[in-house]
Amino acid sequence: MTNRTDPAQIFREESAELLAELESTLLLLEARPDDRDLLDTAFRALHTIKGSGAMFGFDAAAAFTHHLESAFDRMRTGALAPNSVLIGVALAAKDHIRALIETPALADAAEGDRLLALVAAQTDAPGAAPSPSVASNLVQGADSPVRAWRIRFRLAPDAMERGTNPLLLLDELRGLGDATVRAVTDAVPPLEELDPSRCALAWDVTLTTAEPLSTIQDVFIFVMDDTDLTIDAVAPDAPAGVEAPPAPAQPIIPLASAARTDTVATRPPQSAPVPASGERAAAANANTASSIRVPAERLDDLMDQVGELVIAQARLKQLIGASTDLQIKSVAEEIERLSNGLRDITMGIRMVPIGSLFGRFRRLVRDLSQELGKDVALTMSGEDTELDKTMIERLNDPLIHIIRNSLDHGLETADQRSAGGKPPQGHIHLSARHAGTQVLITIRDDGRGLDRERIRAKAEEQELIQPGAKLSDAELFQLIFHPGFSTARTLTSLSGRGVGMDVVKRTIDALRGTIDIASTPNRGTEITLGLPLTLAIIDGLLVRVGRGRYVIPLFAVEECVELPPMADSRQTGRNFLNIRGALVPFIRLRESFAVTHPPDIYQKVVIISTGERRVGLVVDQVLGDHQTVIKSMSKLHADVANFSGATILGDGSVALILDIGQLVAAGQAVGQTVEPQRAAS
Amino acid sequence: MTDSLSQSFEALTLNLGGELFAIDANCVHEILDLIPQTDVPGAHPFVDRLINVRGKVVPLADLRIKFDMERTPPTIDTRIVVVEITLDDEPTVVGLLADKVYEVTTIGGASIEKTPDIGMRWRPDFIRGIGKRGADFIVIPDIVRILSVH
Repeated sequence: MTNRTDPAQIFREESAELLAELESTLLLLEARPDDRDLLDTAFRALHTIKGSGAMFGFDAAAAFTHHLESAFDRMRTGALAPNSVLIGVALAAKDHIRALIETPALADAAEGDRLLALVAAQTDAPGAAPSPSVASNLVQGADSPVRAWRIRFRLAPDAMERGTNPLLLLDELRGLGDATVRAVTDAVPPLEELDPSRCALAWDVTLTTAEPLSTIQDVFIFVMDDTDLTIDAVAPDAPAGVEAPPAPAQPIIPLASAARTDTVATRPPQSAPVPASGERAAAANANTASSIRVPAERLDDLMDQVGELVIAQARLKQLIGASTDLQIKSVAEEIERLSNGLRDITMGIRMVPIGSLFGRFRRLVRDLSQELGKDVALTMSGEDTELDKTMIERLNDPLIHIIRNSLDHGLETADQRSAGGKPPQGHIHLSARHAGTQVLITIRDDGRGLDRERIRAKAEEQELIQPGAKLSDAELFQLIFHPGFSTARTLTSLSGRGVGMDVVKRTIDALRGTIDIASTPNRGTEITLGLPLTLAIIDGLLVRVGRGRYVIPLFAVEECVELPPMADSRQTGRNFLNIRGALVPFIRLRESFAVTHPPDIYQKVVIISTGERRVGLVVDQVLGDHQTVIKSMSKLHADVANFSGATILGDGSVALILDIGQLVAAGQAVGQTVEPQRAAS
Repeated sequence: MTDSLSQSFEALTLNLGGELFAIDANCVHEILDLIPQTDVPGAHPFVDRLINVRGKVVPLADLRIKFDMERTPPTIDTRIVVVEITLDDEPTVVGLLADKVYEVTTIGGASIEKTPDIGMRWRPDFIRGIGKRGADFIVIPDIVRILSVH
């Protein structure tokens, strides 16, 4: 709770988003260097990070960002053309800014200096028109005589509310050399109109220092954008300005008598804002109007409450069903309509487009392909497909693993590709789409494909399968998710240690998702992740076993059939069903759950599947479909297998949700113990 | 719940298998009449059921199992005491079955004695102390300990 009001924490969160936006913008900019909008977006992100960073005490980050921002400002004005080297440096600089913000203690100052030097090298490259300030820096840097400067500045009226302390600025100026400070009070209103929280003063400082102009400018680095600032060099033989009465007129006019004038007007007169800042303000307005920031826990609470409302409404509906009072019935229907609408909206709040996740992989692919010396293009489709926010966060790691694997093992080098008659550039495609109640995320590469023989050999070596066992492709490919399974011949920094793919499997299982792999030798591999739309609600099939009612996630259900009396009477031995020619093992839930209640005469079998593996679950009765709010089980039931959670039914009682992965594995175990018998008979 | 029992505390007294028990009243959320329960196949008999407490799925624990008492069928006096305790640093809400609930009362620190080493049918680590109340003995169970040990 305390974090929510900690401004530094808010800044960290905000800057993380801004940096992510910056990164994707930079990568796009690399492809389209002429795009003004992209430049503006990048500049705005840097500008905001600098401004808020300074406000919340991230001075190192703000100072560093300032230099990068200057470079982008020059690109915006056309003084400098974006090129891939500059973008590469900017990307590295972005990482450095992140380090400065998140772990300032660990940030490498030398790295920062190196990056700044690279930025400077790029911005000073021939062909770029040197800006006045850079030129003066060079002049000042060459010989640094003691000079007199006249500095006049007027802070924005609300500067103090925003955390600027003019005293600190003045102290900093005094620290540079011999300073004479005079306050300009002409704008101070009469006492009755005076608002003590607003800054009506301006200052006129005469500073004699050996420091260059840029050092003086750096004092104002964090307030520059809202400050009327004039810095004039005063010729040593013309110190008239010091004694001169304050210029009564606003805005302050640079002294004509100055031998050389370097004017830095970061903010033009109020009446004529530069287009850029106007644009920026408009963008900020648009942002505040279209989105607000809400802590995720609050959304979770809302979801819980709505879930309970839906349950209560279902109970009301049941009670009303018997009633003949039309008025009450119409109210109940109204409540049903409202609560369904509320549920849909609440679920929608948590949904974010998956593009925000996909965007992060551009950088990954760019960096990895450079490291591996492979030319790889990443394309995407379906970025606007929406998925639960929590889900998106948790998909990050598995997708990184899969993409790394594709790059490292799947895709060949350009030479190998050319030799194989493929275009030298490798291709990875990310796509997302809705399919029923699921979202399908596909990662496709056009590399060499999975090596069936090597997977088989490895699996036999690790005794995961019996030598010569007949496996379908899907079954074979599932083996790569086994912990410690790696067919890579050599270890690289990226992959080959056999960890990774089992992490993918575990994460996707935890999200109640499925993984399908299709691979064609020399044509590539396609991995498809099937995920539920949300973690909070699932569509389930409600079944009865004995007296207990259970929910089977609907996405796993293939069909329901009646258990043939023949199979039913065989209480032991072959627990197999013939489903259109395929043998499907089945589990009697009555036995698994040790039910004593007498069985129904006609037992039903619900066929469930993950990927290509199928298992039948024998139940007493299929009750129908049921949309359900998932509640996790407490720690006290952590050791209970077969269930992934619980839910509350319309009548207020609790029903358990069956754990599909667990049951399928159990069913496969049944199948394997029976298989040798079948072969022998 | 405090570790030290030397101070007096507010306790809810209840009956389990004919014995008088006391639970720290501060951790009690509410007391419910019997409500529909759902069996959890495969769970330890001690926590083999779930209940719905105001939209939350809560495990229902039967302390009688841990004290080797007979699992008698519920009567008109049977209640569910909903308590919140800390298990592995996580607040956990658990329902406790009670054959009968009496009252909230103050148990004086002076009247509490350490668990005697002998003469006990039960695991000594499940008991935090024995209080005296007139001629009656009151068992003060260590709920966290009981729920942590399977």
